Amino acid sequence: MHRQLMKGNEAIIRSAILAGCRAFYGYPITPASEIAEAAAIYMPEAGGVFLQAESEVAAINMIYGAAAAGERAMTASSGPGISLMQEGVSYMAGAELPCVIVDITRAGPGLGNIASEQGDYHQVVKGGGHGNYRTLVLAPHSVQEMADLTALAFELADRYRNPVVVMADGFIGQMMEPVEFPTTATSPRIPKWAVAGTEESRGNLISSIHLEPDKQEAHERQLEAKYTIAQRREARAEEWWTDTADIVLVGYGIAARILKAVAAEARAEGLRVGVLRPITLFPFPAEHFRRAAAHAQVFLVVEMSNGQLLEDVRLALNGARPAEFLNRMGGNVPSHAEVLESVHSLAQQIPPAEERQGLVAHV
Amino acid sequence: MDALKRDRGHLRVNAEECKGCGLCIEACPPKVIRLTERINHYGYRTAEYTGAGCTGCGICFQVCPEPGAITVLRLVTPRSGVPRRNHTATTGAI
Amino acid sequence: MSEETEYEIALSRPKAFYSAFERKEELQHQTHYCPGCGHGIVHKMLAQAIDSLEIQNRTVLISPVGCSVFAYYYFDVGNIQAAHGRASAVATAVKRTRPDSIVISYQGDGDLAAIGSAEILHAANRGENITVIFVNNTIYSMTGGQVAPTTLLGQVSTTTPKGRQAGNEGYPLHVSELLATLQAPVYIERVGLGDNRQIAQAARAVRRAVENQARGLGFSFVEILSPCPTIWKMSPVEAQHWVRDVMEKTFPLGVLRDLIAQAEPRPVPRPAPSLDEIPRILGVAPPAPAASAERSSPKPASPLDLQVRVAGFGGQGVLLLGEMLAEAGLDAGLEVSWLPSYGPEMRSGTSNCHVRLAQEPVDSPLVAHPDVLVAMNEPSLIKFAATVRRGGWIVYNGEAVPAECPAEGVHILARPFTHIADELGDARAANMLMLGALLEIAGSLPQASVDAALMRLVKSPRWLELDERAMTRGRELFQEAFEGVRR
Repeated sequence: MHRQLMKGNEAIIRSAILAGCRAFYGYPITPASEIAEAAAIYMPEAGGVFLQAESEVAAINMIYGAAAAGERAMTASSGPGISLMQEGVSYMAGAELPCVIVDITRAGPGLGNIASEQGDYHQVVKGGGHGNYRTLVLAPHSVQEMADLTALAFELADRYRNPVVVMADGFIGQMMEPVEFPTTATSPRIPKWAVAGTEESRGNLISSIHLEPDKQEAHERQLEAKYTIAQRREARAEEWWTDTADIVLVGYGIAARILKAVAAEARAEGLRVGVLRPITLFPFPAEHFRRAAAHAQVFLVVEMSNGQLLEDVRLALNGARPAEFLNRMGGNVPSHAEVLESVHSLAQQIPPAEERQGLVAHV
Repeated sequence: MDALKRDRGHLRVNAEECKGCGLCIEACPPKVIRLTERINHYGYRTAEYTGAGCTGCGICFQVCPEPGAITVLRLVTPRSGVPRRNHTATTGAI
Repeated sequence: MSEETEYEIALSRPKAFYSAFERKEELQHQTHYCPGCGHGIVHKMLAQAIDSLEIQNRTVLISPVGCSVFAYYYFDVGNIQAAHGRASAVATAVKRTRPDSIVISYQGDGDLAAIGSAEILHAANRGENITVIFVNNTIYSMTGGQVAPTTLLGQVSTTTPKGRQAGNEGYPLHVSELLATLQAPVYIERVGLGDNRQIAQAARAVRRAVENQARGLGFSFVEILSPCPTIWKMSPVEAQHWVRDVMEKTFPLGVLRDLIAQAEPRPVPRPAPSLDEIPRILGVAPPAPAASAERSSPKPASPLDLQVRVAGFGGQGVLLLGEMLAEAGLDAGLEVSWLPSYGPEMRSGTSNCHVRLAQEPVDSPLVAHPDVLVAMNEPSLIKFAATVRRGGWIVYNGEAVPAECPAEGVHILARPFTHIADELGDARAANMLMLGALLEIAGSLPQASVDAALMRLVKSPRWLELDERAMTRGRELFQEAFEGVRR
């Protein structure tokens, strides 16, 4: 095992290149710029392309071109830049082009500030561009996951021919932790559908146009079918003690790290507390929530946004259990103390186990 | 027929492709293209060769917006007098 | 007369066109363009160029948004349809990913000169080895005739019903002249479709622009003044004459850039390294077995669980101090995390980091209540002193902790570390002095791991020597103050 201390933002590029990515087009923005800076060093060394584009709009369209030509391609940005890229993301979903987009989130709306927030949830998870499409979204909570989920993102992007977003907050991007990489690099073949300037690919067309309403509808239904399969196969979550939890803490990214610390302390106090951490935000791990709801009494959603994750948790629970809410915004992080206080408060409201024998059957 | 009277060129108009824009008629130096009186089933009065006087210059082909509405042919083996023109099969020299 | 035997076909549908337009919903034998449209004429000269250069298999055509959005109906080449205005950006990446392809970006004046003005300017400025065919008909045709950047002064459009006024919409944009101010483009020419002579010149220009790319010479751009009889409400022949008699007065024809004779073929990209080399290039390859055995450090003598906050002002080496501790911990086989000051904390030039060393995977990398606070200046001390857990430590860069500082139940080592470092040789070594003291508090972290971290993070021999001395001195300062006291 060869573990190295590394920033999340630096781990991403190494993992991407090991996964066969040879095209990075981006535009600087704090707190994602280190990803472009690492790409500027390593992409040419690995025989790939790095280019700083004139805007995020241009960058995502360069990704469109590289992906259309059959290359594993990626970009990285933060909220304001992701907003500008949404046109291109919609086109890529429509044209069924794979790519990986890294969003190192910051506080908003507008210029906001460069501190960590999770307010990009809606624009990324719900598909911030126009039309009927989704992006697959992975939410790392450690430097090791920055590497692992970036590699997974390329696999999923190719499998579903769809953009995949790796959404991390600035903490996960900036912090250093031990990380281990695969010892071998992979080199995917040029896909059969790509337009690669060759005789074999001459008959190929990359486009998102279907003039006839029936054909457009068929196309959109086929996209929807892909998302349904992804929902069935790709939903991922990490569960800490949820099988024996009365209170399930829910969060992703840096918030999930705090929840783990709180849960450990609460368990030490004898409280039945668990953590359910969505790893995929789309597809949302709804099944994990339904399972946990079978015995948990209450869910506490902790996020650094205005209830955007809460909405999906409530949809997943579908009224089976209450979902309480604790959030901080503007670049503030929910503190260990305030989460623990909420846990204590909820614990007092939960009837003792012997009094609620009859309740579980309703779920 | 006397070879000396042969035209150097000849042209065909595909009435299915022609949209009757008239650019070839305007462009033709010897003015040997005209619009037909007929209307094709798309509703266009299409261009047609008058049948004589084509020099094979190819200008009508170059100004025609439709990919294959006009085909220009050139005389291959004049029996006497008129030298064969150099040209490539598709691009010509205009 | 038997034309079959005596005449041969000289000019016919170019091979670069499909024989039937099967991607079209209906009327698959003819284009979707209106009678007399310039696009059809330009398509044909482009197809002829592809045929004559024998590059059909290598060609990738980028179609824009506008009337020519469906160029892929017609060209039997690789086709990519791009978002409005973005064709030059898409073309850039296709060419860079597939340098052997011939990439042609086909764009209209709304697409290229308005919404795509940034993309074309920068593609040209980078000298991308692509060919751009810019069809200028002074109007947004597909959307029904709105004003374009290229609309002539006084010209009526649906959004300039009284004609374009310079005071409201500005002047017609001269894209070719604009691009000709850049250094990188190899070839820029404006041609027209206004009469036979102009059309012949346009065909030559298109061929040259494609040939330049095939020869690897660089960015080539052809602007083509083109008729739109439908939106202009003219007959095809009137529209053709309007190009020559009116449009050309605003947009003079001619070559604006020709460096073809001087241009060198662009360098061929270096061959990609083999896959086996990639981990080494990325610096993630495991060390050779011999080296790693040599480098293997002893494990900590006793279990270690340490939460540290390091704070000071930018330039004091706060982050490096923390990173050194984390690196040493990792070398000693511990779980570690290092989190730099970030966001609202990162104000007025202050800097701090959270470091955790633990036996088990670190849950939260945020250190709310440190075991040790390393405060490199007074504001950091004041800000964080109260957060130190009871029984913890403060290592402070100053003569003494100010009386008002809340530090009850906490051990304190206050020394003027900056002055001491200055005496050692460089005031900037204060961070390593304080790290030395911190290591004494941490106790069981093996010196070999600290040395390994130092070797990894400090490259200059002068600093390596100084930092080692500073760390040793820091340990001594701690021992002098707390003889026999260990955490």
